[in-house]
Amino acid sequence: MAATSEQTLKLWENKVTAKVKVAGDGPALVYLHSGYGLVWDDSLDLLAKDFTVYAPEHPGTSAGDPDSIKPLDDVWDLVLYYYELFDKLGLEAPAVVGHSFGGMVAAEIAANNPRRVSRLALINPLGLWRDDTPIKNYMVTPQADLDKLTFADPHNPARKHVAMNLEDPDSIIRITWALGCTGKFIWPIPDKGLRKRAHRIAAPTLIIWGKQDGLTKPIYADEFKSLIPNARIAMVDNAAHMTPLEQPAVVAKLLREFLKH
Amino acid sequence: MKISMFHLMPYRDLPADFEQKYQSVWVDPPFWELADPAKVGQYYNWTLDELIYAAKSGMDGICVNEHHQNAYGFMPSPNLMGSVLARATNGMNCAVVQMGATLPTTNPPIRVAEEYAMLDTISGGRLVAGMPLGTPMDANLCYGVTPIEHRERYYEAHDLILKAWQSRETFAWNGKYFKLPMVNLWPRPIQQPHPPVWVPGAGSLSTWDFAAKHDHCYCFLSYYGNKLGKRVMDGFWEFVDKSKLDPNPYRAGFLQLVVVADSDAQAERDYYPHIRYFYDKSLHILNEYQMIPGNQDYRSLSNSVKNLLPMQLDLMNSVKNWKYKDFVDNQFVIAGSPATVRDQLMEAVKKLRVGNLMVLLHIGSMPHELTLKNIDLFSREVLPHFRNVWDEDGWDNKWWPTALRGKTNAENIGRAPRPEMHAGK
Repeated sequence: MAATSEQTLKLWENKVTAKVKVAGDGPALVYLHSGYGLVWDDSLDLLAKDFTVYAPEHPGTSAGDPDSIKPLDDVWDLVLYYYELFDKLGLEAPAVVGHSFGGMVAAEIAANNPRRVSRLALINPLGLWRDDTPIKNYMVTPQADLDKLTFADPHNPARKHVAMNLEDPDSIIRITWALGCTGKFIWPIPDKGLRKRAHRIAAPTLIIWGKQDGLTKPIYADEFKSLIPNARIAMVDNAAHMTPLEQPAVVAKLLREFLKH
Repeated sequence: MKISMFHLMPYRDLPADFEQKYQSVWVDPPFWELADPAKVGQYYNWTLDELIYAAKSGMDGICVNEHHQNAYGFMPSPNLMGSVLARATNGMNCAVVQMGATLPTTNPPIRVAEEYAMLDTISGGRLVAGMPLGTPMDANLCYGVTPIEHRERYYEAHDLILKAWQSRETFAWNGKYFKLPMVNLWPRPIQQPHPPVWVPGAGSLSTWDFAAKHDHCYCFLSYYGNKLGKRVMDGFWEFVDKSKLDPNPYRAGFLQLVVVADSDAQAERDYYPHIRYFYDKSLHILNEYQMIPGNQDYRSLSNSVKNLLPMQLDLMNSVKNWKYKDFVDNQFVIAGSPATVRDQLMEAVKKLRVGNLMVLLHIGSMPHELTLKNIDLFSREVLPHFRNVWDEDGWDNKWWPTALRGKTNAENIGRAPRPEMHAGK
């Protein structure tokens, strides 16, 4: 694993504490995690060879700091909060990569102020809704069903990072609270108007999607591509919704090629 | 003390294999596979008839509540039911206890203030204003309230309703969740400064805090009986003591399932299938719907995962294998002959220190006639023995409608037609 350090920043009039894991060397890459909280997976290790990876923890999800979620109420607050975070980290226009919930946030950051994002990569992002392909509410789906929807191989050992272990109260608390804090911005339907703002995204955009995704089905890849002016799709086989956990090497390679050229 | 009959208005005829075939009784049970609107109409009318019968039989109050998309209780609008009940019980010393309209899902919440004021005026000032937070199933899943904002939204709705009832002038409300430019309710409640407020809860510290801060009556509503209830109520009375409030037993409400028959053996024969139905089918709720991420704040979440969850899961698993005797021994249901029920209920009321008791006299699949019989036996043989509990201590039930304080509905005991006659009509 790459050597990671942690930066603690005070933002939003000192009302929110941001914890950011940092690793590697090279151009800045901001990575926004899924609804399950930050998992430093192998794809981030691989990316840290070529980039300085900044992986902030969504407010409220950092260990010992559940209250940092309170001052931020909606997507508008959250997007402005991230511009403050970029400022504090000295990042004018980093590459931004987001997975699932983090993908929605990344797209919003790029749409609201296109000048703050140089390149955008969305991995199985949330944020759009089609009535003909509704997205299952993963916050209330039993784990066994979720394993089938979100992993191409439901027995993939990497599921331990995002599946609650009923024998381990701390894992239940950590994951439940992460889902609650991220859920604040997507409940009850993960569509907060990105569709009408996505045309503003100016950054070249790569849409990465697990072919077997049963949660946000691949038709959503086409939907994102149709709305973002300069976007292309890369489908990843043997991956469902947890693509970075399922195919870390493939994801890292796709991102490296996209971000370096 | 005061004893009110609670009714959930369940679907009484779910299929025998319901719990094997469907994942939850709440949120997503498919209506058209399971239910029939004509039968539902019959159930609503029976429910109203049963509650009115309870009022005519001498019960101190009658209670309805609000749930959504739920086959064990589906009065999406408790105030529609309350309106019929208020009108039908005029002239009786019986409170209309709405337990009640869910605050965070009524938008704008002054709708609750308005409808409660209507009920208070229609009933001649007999309203008890229940102010439920609402369950995660109802509020988050059925009505879309963001889980992490659920409780905050409730507090704001409560403050707005109390102000709307009492303000002498038109005011603007600039809240976080609700914004109203000109609030000026028509009508206002008869009861001044406002009807008594009961806050239903499930044992969380934040609800005790809230009830204490506003001097409301706290009601522990559980289907798991008074033995487990004692844990919670002991905690509540400790909290009251620490908060320097008086230990007035009327500060507390409690819900208990009760069934009465001519003998203990008859009670088992009459009621066991319905108790089974209630615990097997009515409480067949998907765990994930009850534990929605964000609904509990972080501290409550840690507490329930570490302390309560293992106990609850154990209990839910063991109940499946329980026999009648286990339900009765654990007092999930107080059941038996009038003497048995009197003794056990008296002991429960004393040990929990409850002044405002609610009894669930209709359980699960109980048919109409049996329900009337239960109400009849309870009112004649049990209720009269509880009238004077707490009287010798001189406590005042500040949480009872003003017009009914110091009065009882006792003159009605024995006045309602016996169920055989009622059923034969």
